[in-house]
Amino acid sequence: MPDQIEPIAPREISVNDVEFAQVVQNGPKGFFDQLKGFWVTFITMFKKVNTVQYPEVKEPTAERFHGRHQLNRHEDGLEKCIGCELCAWACPADAILVEGDNNTEENRMSPGERYGKVYQINYLRCIFCGLCIEACPTRALTMTNEYELADGSRDKLIFEKADLLAPLRQGMLAPPHPMYPGMEDTNYYRGEVKGSHPSQDVQK
Amino acid sequence: MTTTEVVDMISVVIDGFEVSVPKGTLVIRAAEKLGIQIPRFCDHPLLDPVGACRQCLVDIEINGRAFPKPQASCTIPVEPGMIVKTQLTSAVAEKAQRGVMELLLVNHPLDCPVCDKGGECPLQNQAMSTGQGETRFEGTKRTFQKPINISSQVLLDRERCVLCARCTRFSAQIASDPFITLNERGALQQVGIYEKQPFESYFSGNAVQICPVGALTGASYRFRARPFDLVSTPSACEHCASGCDMRTDVRRGKTLRRLAGDDASVNEEWNCDKGRWAFKYVTALDRLSTPKIRNSDGILVEASWPEALAAAAAGLSANKSAVLVGGRATYEDAYGYSKFARIALGTNDIDFRARLSSDEEREFLAAHVVGSTTTYRDIDGADQVLLVAFEPEEESPIVFLRLNKQFRKRALKVTAIATKLSIGVEKLKGEFVKVAPGAEASALSSQSLTNKSVILVGERAAESAGLLSAVAALAQSSGAKLAWIPRRAGERGALEAGAIGNLLPGGRPVSDAAARVDIATAWSTQSLPSENGKSASEIIAAVNSGSIGALVIGGVDPLDNSDSAQTLAALDKAFVVSLEIAPSAVTERANVILPVAAVTEKSGSFLNWEGRPRTFDSAVADTHNRSDLRILSMIADEMGRSISLATVTAAAKEIASLGRWDGAKISLNKVSVATAPSLSSDQAIITSWRRLLDLGTLQQGEENLAATSRQTVAVISPKRADALGVKDGDRLTISTELGSVTLPALVEEIHDDAVWAPRNSRGSQLLSQLGVAHGAVVKVAKA
Repeated sequence: MPDQIEPIAPREISVNDVEFAQVVQNGPKGFFDQLKGFWVTFITMFKKVNTVQYPEVKEPTAERFHGRHQLNRHEDGLEKCIGCELCAWACPADAILVEGDNNTEENRMSPGERYGKVYQINYLRCIFCGLCIEACPTRALTMTNEYELADGSRDKLIFEKADLLAPLRQGMLAPPHPMYPGMEDTNYYRGEVKGSHPSQDVQK
Repeated sequence: MTTTEVVDMISVVIDGFEVSVPKGTLVIRAAEKLGIQIPRFCDHPLLDPVGACRQCLVDIEINGRAFPKPQASCTIPVEPGMIVKTQLTSAVAEKAQRGVMELLLVNHPLDCPVCDKGGECPLQNQAMSTGQGETRFEGTKRTFQKPINISSQVLLDRERCVLCARCTRFSAQIASDPFITLNERGALQQVGIYEKQPFESYFSGNAVQICPVGALTGASYRFRARPFDLVSTPSACEHCASGCDMRTDVRRGKTLRRLAGDDASVNEEWNCDKGRWAFKYVTALDRLSTPKIRNSDGILVEASWPEALAAAAAGLSANKSAVLVGGRATYEDAYGYSKFARIALGTNDIDFRARLSSDEEREFLAAHVVGSTTTYRDIDGADQVLLVAFEPEEESPIVFLRLNKQFRKRALKVTAIATKLSIGVEKLKGEFVKVAPGAEASALSSQSLTNKSVILVGERAAESAGLLSAVAALAQSSGAKLAWIPRRAGERGALEAGAIGNLLPGGRPVSDAAARVDIATAWSTQSLPSENGKSASEIIAAVNSGSIGALVIGGVDPLDNSDSAQTLAALDKAFVVSLEIAPSAVTERANVILPVAAVTEKSGSFLNWEGRPRTFDSAVADTHNRSDLRILSMIADEMGRSISLATVTAAAKEIASLGRWDGAKISLNKVSVATAPSLSSDQAIITSWRRLLDLGTLQQGEENLAATSRQTVAVISPKRADALGVKDGDRLTISTELGSVTLPALVEEIHDDAVWAPRNSRGSQLLSQLGVAHGAVVKVAKA
């Protein structure tokens, strides 16, 4: 046992020793100063109104507004997410859960070896800081401008992979399917795959 | 190393600080002593230095003469007058290290996001600390085919390899399984396996663990998690009696991987593949979750805990009862069973030996094993090690690694008295004393041992009458140290806890009145049963004859015994209370089933073969399952005969307060060797042992691991092969009255009278298929 440590004596501070900052109060202004203040109010009545009748009227957000996330796809429909968990790692609110898995020839969800099997974002926790977007090495995760993210239960605010995946656009095939013939994962990352090939449509 | 050994100390100056280290210390280790971290990849304290990665370059000057170029600090031992400047004080060393890192990264793929090592990767970390931010390399990286299986369990990604040779050195030097090697030269240099020989070493997982990059990865952990997902708990291995220190990594209530812990006095930094990868049984087995009781119609129905406890208590109170506890129980659980038998059931009829055993063994354990203090250190200092009915590589792999270390270091002499030459003994270049099954004792008399020798005797010694008597006599006459190495992790603990009929906790003989008083006082009970309890086989016989009516069974597989039909009949007849994690042959016949926690779900300890406590905490925190101890305590309360052991901590405290018995031990009555059976030409004596990787219950659910197990074969001697006209690979049938097994033959070093087959491997489950496993006469014929 170490010797008893002597307690530090409390410092005695008298109220008189404490300096209080004096709040500067300007004295009453003249009549014209008051008129100047009312003039601002008056002139505003003739300006364009900013208020929007939401939800009847919806204004577009700023172009880079941080809204709901989206998991993007390559041009042939394969998922860009590789399940690396870097978004989850970067997340300061611990809102993201990712579990990776092995791509196989029969079940290929993304180019390369790995894909995200489980992908959840908990919008009760998300603070829309966008660090996950910065962390994503494949630009799989981006943010949309969608901001209407209120709901009646907690469960509904945990978005699964299916809720977050970008829709299939023209020319995309729903995975699982093989990679574009003759292309490797690096070709995908360089953006050299411009669409799907008929041979990839294995589900037909 | 003994303490009297004089060690020359050498003073060196590293980065301006003086440090004194023993002669022969490497510069990198001396720097570590000062807290100076020199980056490195190939350096590993337990492997021979190789200087392969060149990452640890430092400036060295001896007595005013400087080396013209930076030197690898992991290969240079300290010398008097040496002045070392690391990257911290020398711009040259710093630049050299940065240059090496740049070269290492030239061909390293940018796999970090998909690589399992990402987040705990020495290359990643040291690229951040000693590398430069931008690459200057503009060419095309060398590529290889992405991961190739070098065994079903280990994947090799050659692009990521930095050629540090840790894996190849480990395999060659530590495991003596040189199945991987560096092939080719220059940029194409790569780790490779022999063409038709996969990396099927029992220790391959260690190579994965020490790989400083993600070049070697395990198939079962592939893409499962990142380090920040995992909650790590220090734990102990439940698979064998070696007693490895382990680390269990859990993600959201599920064990994802286990790593070898670092305990210099036991497993050093290694473990075996079974300990590392066989953990899925906890989730793979169809776990029991609620208690069940057999209703009046004879059907098992789910019940509440109070109902089940009341039913168990009623059944046990109404009958004369006994306890069978398998060798998998923790020390505390075994103590719970031991106390439960004595206090709640009022009997000494308890046995932890759920395997082939004998009365001679029970006396041997009480006379020579309980309280024994032989340790790994004794193996380190031994002049000779004698293996009796014990295959270290198969039955206690860390003992094998320790023997191998001493064999490599100082050519330790190993002698194996065995029926068949094993791969492990071959690797140790051991002297193989060939004996017929059952006649092992005869070979002991010719052994000359000294008081620095160590005798390691396995649990299979109980299968040959007279062998343990002979071993004890040899130890006595030569003064050699004796150690009994069981296969299961809980056996030594169960022995010390008195979960056996002739001993009370702490090695106190039941037959000694003073010992009984000791325990009775500690347990605050009037008296304890004074007669030696029955052994497992006697308990089964007593149930079948009707003198015992109820059994408490925890973790026992009836098929581990030769008379499994007898055991099953007894289970059908008796009132059985089964404490189990998953449905088994016992639960099928039980009257009350009480689900218990698996090892990862509870805290406790095992005693390894040395008697060293290996404590562990529960790795999975939010389990609803209770330990055996807790349940036994509840049954005892229900019976009105409390054992007052509510928690593992309480049990551990009580065990510690009891201490050891310092009085006289039981003496071993010499048992004579059975006469050798006479054989006709188509007959042989069966011999077998369990392999490390086989059909054990705790290995279920891990196919990748099972695929690396050794081939199931029947081994016969060249003479018998000639007589039968059998070549390697021909089918051979071994049969008894009960049944037969047909296996590919392997002609090898084995006693001419013997035939060997693995005891519990795919296609060869001798105890259930033949009903015998060692020493019995079987028929051998070409299939």
